[in-house]
Amino acid sequence: MIERRPFVQKILKNRQSNLRVVSGLGTSTWDLMSGGDDKANFGFIGAMGQAIPFALGLAMAQPDLRILLFTGDGDTLMSLGSIATVANHPVTNLTIVVMDNESYVETGSQPTATAGKTDIEIVAKGSGISNSYTIKNEKDYDRLIKTIYEEEGPSLVVAKCQAKATPLVFPHSFDGSVSINRFMSTLKS
Amino acid sequence: MEGAIKDWRNDIYKVFKELDITMVSHVPDAGHTPLINLCEKDNEIDVVTLTTEQDGVGLSCGAFAGGRKSALLMQSSGVGNCINALALPNICRIPFLTLVSMRGEWGEFVPWQVPMGLGTPKVLEAMDVKVFRTDYKEEVGSTVDAAARFAFNTNRSAAVLLSQKMIGAKQFKNG
Repeated sequence: MIERRPFVQKILKNRQSNLRVVSGLGTSTWDLMSGGDDKANFGFIGAMGQAIPFALGLAMAQPDLRILLFTGDGDTLMSLGSIATVANHPVTNLTIVVMDNESYVETGSQPTATAGKTDIEIVAKGSGISNSYTIKNEKDYDRLIKTIYEEEGPSLVVAKCQAKATPLVFPHSFDGSVSINRFMSTLKS
Repeated sequence: MEGAIKDWRNDIYKVFKELDITMVSHVPDAGHTPLINLCEKDNEIDVVTLTTEQDGVGLSCGAFAGGRKSALLMQSSGVGNCINALALPNICRIPFLTLVSMRGEWGEFVPWQVPMGLGTPKVLEAMDVKVFRTDYKEEVGSTVDAAARFAFNTNRSAAVLLSQKMIGAKQFKNG
């Protein structure tokens, strides 16, 4: 099992300038913010299920950048159909990392479907994202970095991680318009 | 174009071109099909087929963040699917435009279409979406233009309800 926060922080610490990072609501956003304030990040704090379609739209609009989405199994399960949409409107610059702790940790650690019989890697493969795999260990860091920066996407990586609550780390602002405008200031239109 | 059949979807397409709307997502509806076909033929427009309408909200917002304008096409039955997703353009003040082909109102055959047809304007307004409506073909171009400018100039969400009277109610035959 991966300890998610240091893992995310390591990816962010070594980030390249062509990377833009989006996170799905909840723990993924606190993880992202724990790596330090950066205008090139945009974190959801609501609109559950919308992070994957948002990342797709962003990747289509910014084909010269690499787009990385961190999101949770709960957020992903809410919009499984969006994985099929990503697969069929392929973007080569998008990597989705599902931080899969098999539970809704923020609400009391109720188990998600991935604690049962559901495997998001297989869902992704069956949806048509051939570059889909699962990592369970920090040693897979290098493979993931290669996927994020070099491989032809779309890619979906399931990162199996510990289901433990971590301290909340808030973004620069909870006002979405502030967050999105800071993020957009890093993009050429 | 000489010989071309005048269709109000052409007027919507013209607005897309004039306002540089280059991404169109949809869960298809027969009322939108001629417009979808026009967009599919246009190399400057990316057409994204969704599995659920709400994903068009997120897609549209991500595209806008990246510098592209888009529109979501759906039937009135899809509006209810979008409710919580509409928080995203609302809280981020991202312009959002949707064109809704109405069912369940004018000469409807299918009773199952009526609840969401009746609920559509209420649901949109409950989520702070500015609702425009058009009942006449002659008004489609100007109404879509006004709604799009409202959305993109004021960073708000706007919907155009394309009435069933104008689209034409489909009558079903058994067998």
